[in-house]
Formats: sequence, structure tokens, C-alpha cells
Amino acid sequence: MASVQVSLPLPVLPEGWAGEKDFKAIGHLSHATDRNIEPVGPHFLAHARRKRHKRTFSEDDRIQAQSNVKKVEDDDAGEISEPEDPLMLQREAKDWKNQDHYAVLGITKYRWRATEDQIKKAHRKKVLKHHPDKKAAAGQAQDDQFFKCIQKATEVLSDPVRRRQYDSVDEAADVEPPTKKETQKGNFYKLWGRVFEAEGRFSKTQPVPKLGNEKSTKEDVEHFYNFWYNFDSWRTFEYLDEDVPDDNENRDQKRHVERKNQNARRKKKTEDTARLRKLVDDALALDERIKQFRQAENAQKNKRRLEKEAEQKRLAEEAAKQKELEAKAKAEQEAADKANREVAKKAKEAAKNAAKKNKRVVRGAVKDANYFHSGGDAPASQIDAALNDVDHIILKIDNEELAALTAKLSGKKNGGEITQVFKDEVQRLVEAGKLKEGEAKSLA
Amino acid sequence: MSPEKDPAQRVAIGISFGNSYSSIAFTTGEGKAEVIANEDGDRQIPSILSYVEGEELHGGQAKAQLVRNATNTVAYFRDFLGKEFKSIDPSPCHQSAHPVQHDSTVAFNIRDTPEEKENAVTVADITTRHLKRLRISASDYLGKHVNSAVITVPTNFSDAQKDALNKAAKAAGIEVLQFISEPVAAVLAYDARPDAKQADKIVVVADLGGTRSDVAVIASRGGIYTVLATIHDYEVSGFQLDQVLMDHFSKEFMKKHKTGGDPRENDRSLAKLKLECEAVKKALSIGSSANFSVESLAGGLDFTATINRSRYELLASKHFAAFARLVTHAVEKAQLDPLDISEVILAGGNSHTPKTASAVQNAFPESTKVLAPSTSTTAINPNELSVRGAAIQASLIQEFELEDIEQSTHPMVTVTPHLSHAVGVLCISGDESTGVFHAIVDAETPLPVRRTALIATPREGGDVLIKLCEGARHIKVTKPEPKAKQAKDDSDDDSDDESDDEEELREKTWKVGKVLSEAALRGLKKGAKVEVQINIGADLNVNCIFREVGGKGGVRGLLSGPKSQQNGSA
Repeated sequence: MASVQVSLPLPVLPEGWAGEKDFKAIGHLSHATDRNIEPVGPHFLAHARRKRHKRTFSEDDRIQAQSNVKKVEDDDAGEISEPEDPLMLQREAKDWKNQDHYAVLGITKYRWRATEDQIKKAHRKKVLKHHPDKKAAAGQAQDDQFFKCIQKATEVLSDPVRRRQYDSVDEAADVEPPTKKETQKGNFYKLWGRVFEAEGRFSKTQPVPKLGNEKSTKEDVEHFYNFWYNFDSWRTFEYLDEDVPDDNENRDQKRHVERKNQNARRKKKTEDTARLRKLVDDALALDERIKQFRQAENAQKNKRRLEKEAEQKRLAEEAAKQKELEAKAKAEQEAADKANREVAKKAKEAAKNAAKKNKRVVRGAVKDANYFHSGGDAPASQIDAALNDVDHIILKIDNEELAALTAKLSGKKNGGEITQVFKDEVQRLVEAGKLKEGEAKSLA
Repeated sequence: MSPEKDPAQRVAIGISFGNSYSSIAFTTGEGKAEVIANEDGDRQIPSILSYVEGEELHGGQAKAQLVRNATNTVAYFRDFLGKEFKSIDPSPCHQSAHPVQHDSTVAFNIRDTPEEKENAVTVADITTRHLKRLRISASDYLGKHVNSAVITVPTNFSDAQKDALNKAAKAAGIEVLQFISEPVAAVLAYDARPDAKQADKIVVVADLGGTRSDVAVIASRGGIYTVLATIHDYEVSGFQLDQVLMDHFSKEFMKKHKTGGDPRENDRSLAKLKLECEAVKKALSIGSSANFSVESLAGGLDFTATINRSRYELLASKHFAAFARLVTHAVEKAQLDPLDISEVILAGGNSHTPKTASAVQNAFPESTKVLAPSTSTTAINPNELSVRGAAIQASLIQEFELEDIEQSTHPMVTVTPHLSHAVGVLCISGDESTGVFHAIVDAETPLPVRRTALIATPREGGDVLIKLCEGARHIKVTKPEPKAKQAKDDSDDDSDDESDDEEELREKTWKVGKVLSEAALRGLKKGAKVEVQINIGADLNVNCIFREVGGKGGVRGLLSGPKSQQNGSA
């Protein structure tokens, strides 16, 4: 904030004014009001920073300035050039095929991960350091071999096609697969993860799935191995080609070399594919997770089978129990039925006997009533008719009625009374519609 | 970490979500806010959604549907968000889909699917759809997937409303980094201009919108803003200006066509009339006359008419006056005097109208700068003020973690003690024998604060006395003449000083005479200047340094806060 400019002059110090160190505190500020400031704008952010970190103005200024300076430095120091190996400095530029281009540019920690920008910056830095003119100015011998190496390295690495060719054979970027022994010490994921990460640089499909760790899900692990068994590699071996002679020398020779190169490339590619295949096989064989998944699966299967068996057994037992119960119930039922039948039979026989007896009584009563004939011995016709009618009545009535009739007749010896009883009975039967009018004439 | 949560993956924009219009803006690499035009080329996108056979129309296309498809067009819904049905004012929606009660919230019954079935769509859903369209427009324009935003809201937006808006935004795929209030965003938009000078000032932001007017009085102290007072009015609005024109043209129409009938009585005619009147109003802000022309306005009759600006200003004068009154009322509410106000920022579409600006200018003294297109050539388009502020804020905070933003906007940080009185030094001037108060730190400045001032010395140099004192902020109703004169005197004395109003106050406070400290600087050179640095802590401790510019040594002093001091002297 720009300072306030006051153009009015200050008063002159009055005579005799004195204070300790020329300063006199007199009053104090009045109380402040609390208000909400709006959390908006760059100055608020500065305020919030000061308040949250409890900094004063000057502290905050200093810290901010420092952090700004640091940022610039970091940007600059982003491409730290690695110290050069003295042996490397003595390289001949002719031998560029065998040089480590990344080492020459001082970016071995990035290698295939280096961006184009990083390569450019690294190149610039190396050029500044190793330019032959500079060396000449410093009084050193005219030696531009390493400078040529640098130029060659940049030439290779800045062309995407040639860089891939070089990356394909850049053995320094390879990670040796660990031996079985090393793996069994327990750091499978760390050791093999590095291997797969390094191999993954050849994949046409990016990103490459990670090896993961012991907590990875089955899907992830399966996906990982499927990916590696179907690996699509861009790795080529053109970089290792023998130099093809100029075409104006000997055409046949040239074609021969070309063919040789072709075959060599194909062979190397096949070998590489086989190598990778074996590598994945090895990893798979050592991967604890696969075993665990298999065990888990087996356990799951066994569990399911056992459960099924137990279920079946339980069902069979239940069925047997059920059957037994049913049989028992049936037997009981049968016994009860038999008893019931016998009782019913006896009752029926008793009823039959009773009815017989009643019929006898009724018939006897007819005889007692002199066959309903009034006075003297009844003629044969009368007897016949009376007996027929009574039989007819007996036939019409059921056992209970018969019993009732018998009860009425019992103890009655008088012919008139008996006749009356029979008449009543006939009357009742006629009313009930069991007997037609005119039947049992002898009782009419 | 999801891409939305990761500050590095964030693409943040500013969104101004208004009742009538919305706009979107982003900040360019150079830190300049730029307003984004949508597919139709509109920078002011009407906050309207319309459905035709299940197809969603948005913005200007939806606005055109107000005539033919009013019941299926949702407009002016912002203020309904997060409110209960019983507390909303549905009158702006009279000519579009009407709000209905739905559970405890507000919904609209619209046919928004191809099945042509009426669905109750809640206002939150409508907002989500609207924000989604804004997000898509911004993404298309930027070529990047926009996933976060700073959204401006009125100062009286409740927490529930903010919450509802936050949810709606989240559903639309926007992570709300922060809600900032519209007037503050407007001030920020002006302060973020590269040529803007940092000054202590009090700013009035007057927003004359379509359905409501909001006025806020904001103290800007070293780029930190404090809202001193706000006023909201739902009567004084741009609609009323439209209404004036609608009435005028209806009368003209009826005068010309006796058989046509009143176009205000037919829904479709009314909608046509309204759309055209809004266009006429906008045209009148630019030109001195405008054409009104509607085909088949009412009864199949076409109507064409012309209106000039003075006629319009005459017709709407009472509304302009009402707006000016509203602004001055807000100043009164902040217990300030119009002289205290350094700037009036006019926001909202109706600020384009020259009469609005002149009416406000008339309510304030000449020392007050009115920032509107008609009064200031450097004014920012009033429609774009808040969205620009939001975009700037978005660019400032987009690399912060959400948690960081939350902590920074926490009351622990935002609640700050503000100076109740100005603090300054005593100078001498020709006609004042006792001295003239000069503010170094203004009242309402949030603490802690650090300020420096350069003060002239007597011509001959020598020893000087520096008296630090307090200027009381009691605004007494004094006669306007001496006030004006005082202000004029000061501006003559030091024209570069922004705070003319403070000198006006100084007269009174100086007489109150709250001297804080005295210090002496001895043996000053001829024509030397004295630098005074004041540090006031949140505990009201004052740390001051007085020294000669270019000289050695100096005087330091410490004043302790009132709590540790005996209160007898006050």
C-alpha cells in the first residue's frame, strides 16, 4: 500500500518540550468494533495467511519473499546435471552407437521417462559447459570429441523414432528379475514391481497395470497377468543393426547385409518375447496371491460341497423321521378303527335282538288283543288280516319307534287298550305319510 | 484423490447466478477476467429454461419461448432456492411457469419430457440444469472440463440457500470453491484492474437488477473489504422501468387502434410487449431514441412507435428517484454521510441507463465518483461486474485445498477488530493555529494494520513535534454549506489524497482532541520529509516509528492497548 502523503508541514517543536527518548505516550486507542471482513481478494488472502500463521506484517513479507525466491531457484535447478564420468569424457564420437546417450546428457535418473523439454534443457546445459570454443578460450587443447558426443546424443534422443530405437536397447534402464531365493525372502512386490515397471515402458497401451501388493483384489491380479501375457510391445532392435554399406558399392552385398539385419531383428524380437513370457511365468509361479486365491477357491468349493452333503444328510434324516411318525400314526388309527368296528357290530346285534324281541312282543300283543276282533274267537281271515297288518306296520317303522310301541304295549292285557294303541300308531303313521289310508284295514 | 478434489486438476470459473441473467467468466493467464459467451453468443445468459417436446432450451432461446410456451418456461427462480413455499414471492413468475408447493420446497409443474406429461420439477433440479448448461458452455469455450467455480450470491443469501445452491451445483458437476457476495465481487472487479490504485475508501455498490435492487456500503481498506450496511428492495427494480414503457406503449396502441383492446390484458400480448419493452429500454441506454415494433401485438394488429430518451426519463423519473433514495438510505444506515463515500459502483443491467447514473450522482457530492458507463468511460460493464470478481477470486483460490479455503473463510479469520476512530497526525496550516488532523489510518480499518505516511516539515527545517491523535467518527448533522466548503478546501490542498471526507471529519475530531502520543524529531534538514509508520495490532497496541527520510536513527514508540491502560484519562 502506497504511503499517505501529507503536504501540510508539521508544527515546530515548542520550547522546553522533553520526553524520554523524544517520545511521550499520552493516550490510548479507543475500543475497536468487531466486524466481518469479506473473504475476497488478494489482500484478504494475505490477511488470512498472516492471521492463520500468526505472522506480523514484516515477517509475512519476508517469508513470502523467501518462498518466491525459492520457487525461481527450483525451476532453474530442475535439471541438475549429473557429474560426468572422466572415462566418458574421453569417448570418441565415432563410437556413438555404444555410448549411453542419457549419461552423456546427464539425465540418467530420468532415462526413458525424460520429457522432450528435459532433454532440451539438459542439452543446453551441456553445450554451455563443453562448447569447444570455450575450451579453446580456456587454453585447453582443441578437443571437441565430447561435444560431438553430446550433439549425437541429442540427435538420437530428440527424434522420437530414433529415441525409441535407442530406448529399446537401453540396457541400463533394465531391471534384472530377482532370483527365486531373493523373492522368497519376502519382498516379492518390491522386487518384481520394479521389474514390471521397467518392462512396462515397452507397452503400446499405457498406463500399464501395477503389480500391486498382497491386498490386491483377485480381479486386479488377474487383469495384471492377463495384460502381461498379452503384452503388446513396441520394442525394436534396429539400433543394433550392422551398418549397411553405401548402395553404390555393391548391391548384392548391401542386400545381403539388409537381409541379415532383418533376420537378426526378427530373432531378437522372438527372443525378447520369449524372455518376457518366461519372466511373467516366473513371477506368476512365485506370486503368493495366486496360491492364496486358489486355496480360497478350493476352500470355498469344499465348503460348498460339505454344506451340500450336510444338507442332504439332514434332509434324509428328516424324511426317515417323518416316515416313522406316519407309520406309527397309521397303526394307531387302524387299531382304533378295529375297536370301533367291533363295538358297532355288537351294538348292531343287540339292536337286532331287541328289535326281534320287540316284534315278538308286538305280535304277541296282537294275539292278546284277540286279533282286534271284538268278541269270541277271531275268524281265520281276521287273524290273517290282523297279522298281515301288524307285520306291515313293523316293516314301516324303525327300531326306535318299534321300541316305543313296545313300551306302550307292555303291561297292557286288555284287548281294547291294545287295539287302541295300534290304532293310534296307525293314525300316527298315516299322518307321517308312511302308511296310506286304507292300509291296515283290520285296525280301522 | 478424485479430479474434483485435486487442486491441480481444477478448472475454475466465476459464475454470477442472477434471478434474471447469469454469466460466466474465467481468468486468462495474464490475470485478466474475461466473460464467456455461450453458444448463442450471449454474455448475459437469461436464467430461463424452457421445454419444447422434451427438448431443453436455455438462455436467450428459452426467453423467446415466454411468448408461446409460457407455462413450460421456468424463469426468475434463483430467489426460490432453499426457501419454503410460504416465504417466496412468486410475482416475477407471473408470465412463466408458476411455482407450486412440493413437500417443503418449491417446484414447477412443467412438461419436460417427450411424453408431454406434467412433472413437478423442484427448484433445486431447475438450478442444477441451469448450472449444468452454464458449465457446458464454459467447458466448450475453454476446451477444458470445468469442474469448480466461485459463485456470487446476494449479501442476504441465507446459509440454507447457500447450502441448497451448493448441492445443486454439485449435482451439476461443479464444486463450489466459495460463495462470495455480489457487491464485494463488484468492488474486486474494479480493484483488480491493473491500473487500479490501492486506496482507503468507502464504496457504495448499487445493483439495480431485474427483480430486486441491492445496495451495499463497503469499506475498502488496503484491499480488504468490510460490508458496513446493506439494503435490499424488491419493489425498485428493472421490471418497473419495463412496466413504465409497457404502460406507455399500451396507451399509445389503444389510442391508435380503438378496436385492438388493451395488450396488457392478453397473456401473449403482454409477453410480447414485455420482451419488446426490455429491448427498447436497452436501446434507450445507448441511443437517444428507440423504436418499438411488435407484429400482431393485440387483436392481430401490428404496432410501431418511437420513443426518445427524455420522454422515457420523464415517465420513469419517480423510479430513478426511488433508486437514488435507496442508495442514500443505505449510506444513512451505515451511519455515514454522502461525503464519506469515495465511489459509487453501479451494477446490474439497468445501470446502463444514463438517468440512473445521473440520479445517483445528484444524490452525492462531486467528490464522489460514480462508476457507470454513462458517467465514466473506464467503467466496467455493470452486467459483468460480479462475474468478473468471481472469476478473479476463482483464479486466486483455485490451487488451494477445499479445507484450506474453509479455514481461511472461517469466522476465526474473518472476524477482525476494526478501528472505531481514525488515527492520524496533527499538522499546521495557515489559518489554523492549533493544527489540522491528518488521517493516516482510517476508521473501520481492520486490525492489525500497518501504514506509513510522508509528512512535510517547516521550510526552514529544525525540530518538529509529531502529535499522534485519534479522530472521532461521530457524524454530526452539520450545515451543508460549511461541510461542502471544507471538503473543497481540502481537495485544493492535496488533490491526490483520496479520502477527502476524512478531512471533513478531522475538524470535529481534532476538537475532541484524543491525543495518543507526542514525539520529537530534532535537527531536520531544510525541506526534509518525515516518515511515520504506524503498526496497530489486533490487541490495539500501537507501534510507531518516526524518522527523517534519508536520515539516520529516528524515534520509536509503543502505545499499549486500552485494556492494560488505566481508563481514567478517557
